Amino acid sequence: MAKGEIRFKRPEALTDAPFHYCPGCTHGIVHRLVAEVIDELGIIGETVGIASVGCSVFTYEYFNCDMVQAPHGRAPAVATGVKRAVPESVVFTYQGDGDLAAIGTAETIHAATRGENITLIFINNAIYGMTGGQMAPTTLPGQVTQTTPYGRDVATAGNPIRVCEMLSTLDGVALAQRTSVDTVRNVNATKKAIKKAFEYQMEGLGFTIVEVVSTCPTNWGLSAEKSLEWLRENMIPYYPLGVYRDAKKGAE
Amino acid sequence: MADEIGINGDNAVALAWKQIDPDVCAAYPITPQTIIVETFSEYVANGDVGTEFVCVESEHSALTVCVAAASAGARTFTATASQGLAYMWEMLPIASAMRVPIVMAVANRTLSGPINIHNDHGDAMSARDCGWVMIFAENVQEAYDNAVMAPRIAEHPDVQLPVMANLDGFILTHAIERMRPLDTAVVRKFVGEHKPLHPLLDWKKPVSHGLMDGPEDYYRHKYQMVEAMEKAFGVCEKVFADFAKISGRKYSIVEEYMCDDADCVAVILGSSFGTMKATVDKLRAEGLKVGACMPRVFRPWPAKQLAKVLGGKKAVLVMDKHVGVGAYGPMYPEVVAALAGGKMPKMHNCIYGLGGQDATVAGFEKILKAVASGKAKELSFMGVDV
Repeated sequence: MAKGEIRFKRPEALTDAPFHYCPGCTHGIVHRLVAEVIDELGIIGETVGIASVGCSVFTYEYFNCDMVQAPHGRAPAVATGVKRAVPESVVFTYQGDGDLAAIGTAETIHAATRGENITLIFINNAIYGMTGGQMAPTTLPGQVTQTTPYGRDVATAGNPIRVCEMLSTLDGVALAQRTSVDTVRNVNATKKAIKKAFEYQMEGLGFTIVEVVSTCPTNWGLSAEKSLEWLRENMIPYYPLGVYRDAKKGAE
Repeated sequence: MADEIGINGDNAVALAWKQIDPDVCAAYPITPQTIIVETFSEYVANGDVGTEFVCVESEHSALTVCVAAASAGARTFTATASQGLAYMWEMLPIASAMRVPIVMAVANRTLSGPINIHNDHGDAMSARDCGWVMIFAENVQEAYDNAVMAPRIAEHPDVQLPVMANLDGFILTHAIERMRPLDTAVVRKFVGEHKPLHPLLDWKKPVSHGLMDGPEDYYRHKYQMVEAMEKAFGVCEKVFADFAKISGRKYSIVEEYMCDDADCVAVILGSSFGTMKATVDKLRAEGLKVGACMPRVFRPWPAKQLAKVLGGKKAVLVMDKHVGVGAYGPMYPEVVAALAGGKMPKMHNCIYGLGGQDATVAGFEKILKAVASGKAKELSFMGVDV
């Protein structure tokens, strides 16, 4: 390595806009991973990102590719429209659990079962972040939120949705994988999964989703570090990491 | 009567709901309404109310759950705003046609797009023909009072229509104002027990809800809704009068401010009525004979009441916080229609406040002065050409 050589820099696929996310939020890491994958695959000119509603509504400020802002929950439908109109494009959505697993459940399931050649990056932090910490479909049993102040009671508020497991039953799905970015090892695994999802899409194998189990320090009321501990102790046991469907391998 | 408190509009609505203790509430969070259901969910969790609270996955399901719950005979409340109201749209005319007396608070926010979370009346105005009674509030006190009065209007046997109680997003929902609540016992007595007209599972009177109509019955049912809306005027007047007895606060279907001797009157909805009243004060001090009025009840549309206030004036200015792109603001043609048949004042429409644009005395003064001096165009846009 030559002296003074820059080895670590902002990916081309990210703009230089500073992230607005709260300290300790894992959105920033996942944004970077998606951008690195776009750079490595050399597809920045062909990529269209679909922003959702929630904390990631401003995703279009950060990705250096063309972006479309979708109405709440409609990102997979928007992605379908873009991809069908421009089949040679690489289309990804970036959605949280309120968007993908609540108001957008129908769009998600039907885009998946149609086998749309799109990639969903799904941030599951078990809470509605932007509106201030209300119960999400992925909120854990007993978890305290603004609308479940004494903890989620499954008798009245239902059980959490395991999105990857649910989608893995659909034949249109080429990749359904759950990862986390709580450790360096898991960050690397997440990047691999995102890259694989994009590659599967480019090969026309079908619908791909990478669910990243994530944190929300602000609405969980925890420090950044404690949030990662809480994630490991509570979320990962309920949402086990792994590959739930892989068109090339069969489910693991 | 309870002491004056400092409270924001969302929490004031939640407080009224707590005092009423409805049977069912189904809702989905959306800014700037979220605080209502968030606070109310605490009341539910604390056992302050016996309400069945459903955290649904979308507004479409929220209103669907409410329609079904109200059909079953439950006193049912919900709240939403903007895109949430838009997403409910399919269920809005179904709720009114099924004659279910749901009460819904709408924290008025503009409609996407462009995506924007701030206040205007785009959401409510786009739902104005869905068969809901629509009432508006000028301040937090009125948002609370409307929340207390709404079930009485909705559930009255002559009305049996859902009620949309509007309060301006952020301006009222998030700003803390002084407000005097009523005692809970007084609210309970005022609202009374809910006596559903055709509940499910009353085995002596079997019913079916939401059935298919052929052309003849469809028209008949719509006409019955028209008649119910007409009757809603009388019911609103009665409810306002009864409310004055318990609160000392007297409301009218059309609120007037210095209209009697005015040459020129501005018609305006919601929180901006207060700003317009301040503008009237300023211009009156300068010797201009101006006034303002607010149709507190927007549906049914108070054409006769407005004609009484506005008929014979030299000029009328209709302030719309929404634009019918390619036409006028939504309220303007309705005010013109209300005055048709009499001597028509010079009519003006001004579009203001879209997407959270500041509505200030300075801005209102400019347009009202232009109208009073006969120099205003028929249609103008605040901050653009006036």
